[in-house]
Amino acid sequence: MKKMRCAILGSGNIGTDLMFKMLRSDVLDLVALVGIDPESDGLKRAKGLGLLAPHEGPEWVLDPGNNIDMIFDATSAYVHVRNAPKYREAGIVAVDLTPAARGPKVIPAVNLYEHLDSMNVNMVTCGGQATTPIVYAIRRAIDELPYAEMVSTIASLSAGPGTRANIDEFTVTTSAALREIGGANTSKAIIVMNPADPPIMMRNTVFGALPEGSDHDAVIASILEMVEEVAKYVPGYHLKNEPVIEAGPFNTPGGVVPNRVVALLEVEGAGDYLPPYSGNLDIMTAAALRVGEAISIHKSGANA
Amino acid sequence: MSTPTTHRDFRLIDSTLRDGSHAISHQYTEDDVINIVKGLDAAGVEVIEIAHGDGLGGSSFNYGFSKVDEKLLIARACEATTNAEIACLLLPGIGVADDLREVKELGVNVARLAVHCTEADITEQHIKVAKKLEMEAIGFLMMSHMSTPEDLVKQALLMQSYGADTLYIADSAGAMTTEDVRRRVNALVNALEIPVGVHAHNNLSMAVANSIAAYEEGAKNLDGTSAGLGAGAGNCPTEILAAVSTKYGIETGVNPLALMDLAEEIVRPMMPRQQVIDRAGLILGYAGVYGSFLLHSQKAAERYGVSQAEILLELGRRKVVGGQEDMIIDVALELARAHAAQEGQ
Repeated sequence: MKKMRCAILGSGNIGTDLMFKMLRSDVLDLVALVGIDPESDGLKRAKGLGLLAPHEGPEWVLDPGNNIDMIFDATSAYVHVRNAPKYREAGIVAVDLTPAARGPKVIPAVNLYEHLDSMNVNMVTCGGQATTPIVYAIRRAIDELPYAEMVSTIASLSAGPGTRANIDEFTVTTSAALREIGGANTSKAIIVMNPADPPIMMRNTVFGALPEGSDHDAVIASILEMVEEVAKYVPGYHLKNEPVIEAGPFNTPGGVVPNRVVALLEVEGAGDYLPPYSGNLDIMTAAALRVGEAISIHKSGANA
Repeated sequence: MSTPTTHRDFRLIDSTLRDGSHAISHQYTEDDVINIVKGLDAAGVEVIEIAHGDGLGGSSFNYGFSKVDEKLLIARACEATTNAEIACLLLPGIGVADDLREVKELGVNVARLAVHCTEADITEQHIKVAKKLEMEAIGFLMMSHMSTPEDLVKQALLMQSYGADTLYIADSAGAMTTEDVRRRVNALVNALEIPVGVHAHNNLSMAVANSIAAYEEGAKNLDGTSAGLGAGAGNCPTEILAAVSTKYGIETGVNPLALMDLAEEIVRPMMPRQQVIDRAGLILGYAGVYGSFLLHSQKAAERYGVSQAEILLELGRRKVVGGQEDMIIDVALELARAHAAQEGQ
């Protein structure tokens, strides 16, 4: 099988963490970590690992001489929006880790195989990666999910300046994923930053509205199954407590329901480049790698 | 009753319809809002804050669903007021900039942008939107007992640089002594160009004393709620703050007797429980835990058969911040599991 030639664009925390993960991949051939600052820690590490570490940014990726098949964009929404059409023209598949959302949203545990032919896929947000699978798991166990809600709490230290300056992007994009991919009729997303020292692990809580007559055991079994599914590509993803059913009634935006299910999750990072508390960044890079591998296998004609 | 005077030594912002919402589990009706706004307005209160207790967009599983859509309540408040400005509060991460645009249309001219006291930079987007909408933007640093005067100044300067017109510190856990308040207000007044305000809670029975101390250190804005209605053991009671200020010779511009009537005749009769400092309320202040955890932790304690006091103390140990109400369930489940394990031995 011919491996796709890959480049990671953006030599910050996410790009560098993804580099360490991708070097272990049997499916992807990582040739370069591309940045704009030759002095960045990420580019220095890339060089040390024997990779190309150009600092010409998107221009390097687009140079036909470099023969790149797939890029993982860990720059910013602004940079991605500007360059997405150029990657498409050049025939380069883009896995977008920014909130730009130019292509379909992909949550590996839910819709990995739906967009394998897309030239541009979007990885939603860290909170979206952590909670959309659970919302989907609740939805598939009942006839209708009137409302779903997620709360992400991340260590202040792991929230970069981009997230901080555009926090509305996180809540709006994540909330949309809970409906579009999770299958909830209505939704809400909340993000909280906690400055505690030592830093806390990323925490995610999912609430699902359970209409009259829902099979509670089926909901819980479906969640447990989904947690295992996500943990296959994000090893640090786990439940902090067994999911619980709580009695209301609850006056949700999707209507009054008698019960809710609560799933309390924690994501411990693999510690590849970022410390383990940064589960929020780890889940993004792990999910992006999973998507990149699936696309590569699909394109090479092997069974996905 | 005398006509409210125009001179005011400090500006009083009443938050009965926002912070008070916690104490009634966000069950305000349109009539409640109209009655309270009319009472506050007639008493000469300059600014009346209204929103879900956790700010615009706070209606949720995590914080409790509003009985009536807050935008509807805000519209009623804007119609009911004659002189008082209507304010809202928004926590970035819970509410979004579009919420500000919507309430501005309804007639809200003051936006308080609230954030944990170390995270000021997440309010930049929202302060700028508020200014663009020609609203007064008030930066609101919550849980300020968890930070030092020096660090609060750094965060406050950020908010000032984004365009905030006023800077508040909130003692969201009601955990500060008078000395804690003095040191923080003094540092802020000396460092900032914009006026400073203090939002006090009463978990240690210090709310009024702390508010007066803040005034003495140069705070030009103070918060209260009618009958102290609010998160935790409640807020600084507006009518008591007005009465005590008068005894000190501090001009408030509001009529203390009219505020006492409002508290006694309108607000107290609708309160499900009087605002007392019971064990749980005191523990919030003692352990420095976010005041709005009070009723949620009571519910979780009942659901899982564990002690509310134990839940609150554990949350304090974990250094949980405002907004992390989901951790109440987490802690309750762990306590229940630990108890079950002990009994099984």
